[in-house]
Amino acid sequence: MHEMMVAENIVETILAQVQKKSGKVTRVVISCGQINAINDEALKFAFEAIAAGTICQGAKLKIKHIPLKAVCNSCHKKFNFDLYEPQCPKCGKSDFLIGDDVPLILEEIEFEKK
Amino acid sequence: MMKIKVKKKILAKNEDFAAANQKFFKKKNILCINMISSPGSGKTTILEKTAKALKNKINIAVIEGDLYTKLDAERIRATGLEAVQIETKGACHLTAEQITNSLHKFDTDNLDIIVIENIGNLVCPSDFDLGETVRVVVLSVAEGDDKCKKYPNSFAQADVLLINKTDLARYLDFNVKMVRKDVLKLNKDLKIFEISAKTTAGMEKWFKWLKKAIR
Ligand SMILES: Nc1nc2c(ncn2[C@@H]2O[C@H](COP(=O)(O)OP(=O)(O)OP(=O)(O)O)[C@@H](O)[C@H]2O)c(=O)[nH]1
Ligand SMILES: [Mg+2]
Ligand SMILES: [Zn+2]
Repeated sequence: MHEMMVAENIVETILAQVQKKSGKVTRVVISCGQINAINDEALKFAFEAIAAGTICQGAKLKIKHIPLKAVCNSCHKKFNFDLYEPQCPKCGKSDFLIGDDVPLILEEIEFEKK
Repeated sequence: MMKIKVKKKILAKNEDFAAANQKFFKKKNILCINMISSPGSGKTTILEKTAKALKNKINIAVIEGDLYTKLDAERIRATGLEAVQIETKGACHLTAEQITNSLHKFDTDNLDIIVIENIGNLVCPSDFDLGETVRVVVLSVAEGDDKCKKYPNSFAQADVLLINKTDLARYLDFNVKMVRKDVLKLNKDLKIFEISAKTTAGMEKWFKWLKKAIR
């Protein structure tokens, strides 16, 4: 639902980047962390709708999920933290140190000049 | 075709407003609480009871977020507190900018606490930092004891969890012990209070926590 606003912000950020260029955006790559409420399908749908009528119309949206690193305090195993399975994959304990989660980032765009 | 590296935060605009709000709260020494939950978990009732208990001891004001209607702000005003209503006209979360625009409607010089009652929605508001000092999630026993597993985002980012409607627990199969265990796996620093906003059972500890937090 809030994907609509995220999509608006993506398009705004892109437009600010390519302001004076003429052509169109063909591909957009964004990255996000684990502790957010972004649903890929919903975001792609929203992006398509918001992009319509702008130079982003028809651009492919790629969403990269950056893992959240964790270290088990019991057995010291390093693993990727899964919000839906919050325990050490080796020893099963739930006492661990979680790293910093990354925010939503517009990584790069592919642009075709007219 | 050319590739352009951008590397920019997508929600930068919200973050800028959030940072400004945070600075403002710090300067004015105000504790700002962002309250998040599903619809109907009891946020407004908790605030009404908190207002009643603390009204002469602590200065509290409330920002009410709802899709439509001014009902919640009216309920808060009936307790004697100041309240501002934000109607999002369908948007599923509050933004930091909306908070910035609401702040000047209060006389903030004498305030100890501003509570923001976010839109009833356990998912979307968690991605939008409002510049709050603490984030409080409310889970009512009527919603079921699996919600922190199904919607971990909000719980992982909270400072306090209020488990509300405990007066109903005996009619429902709500396993409080399991919920405590599950949420602490996600967020080991989470402070948990079991309360009933209806009977006010357990709320004394929450009030104490608030009083301590504003010092
Ligand atoms: N039995 C019981 N009912 C409660 C309790 N707290 C709230 N309620 C009831 O639950 C219903 C919803 O309460 P509200 O305070 O309006 O909930 P809310 O979270 O503010 O709702 P929205 O703002 O619409 O998301 C009301 O009928 C309350 O009387 C409680 O502790 N026990
Ligand atoms: Mg309410
Ligand atoms: Zn382990």
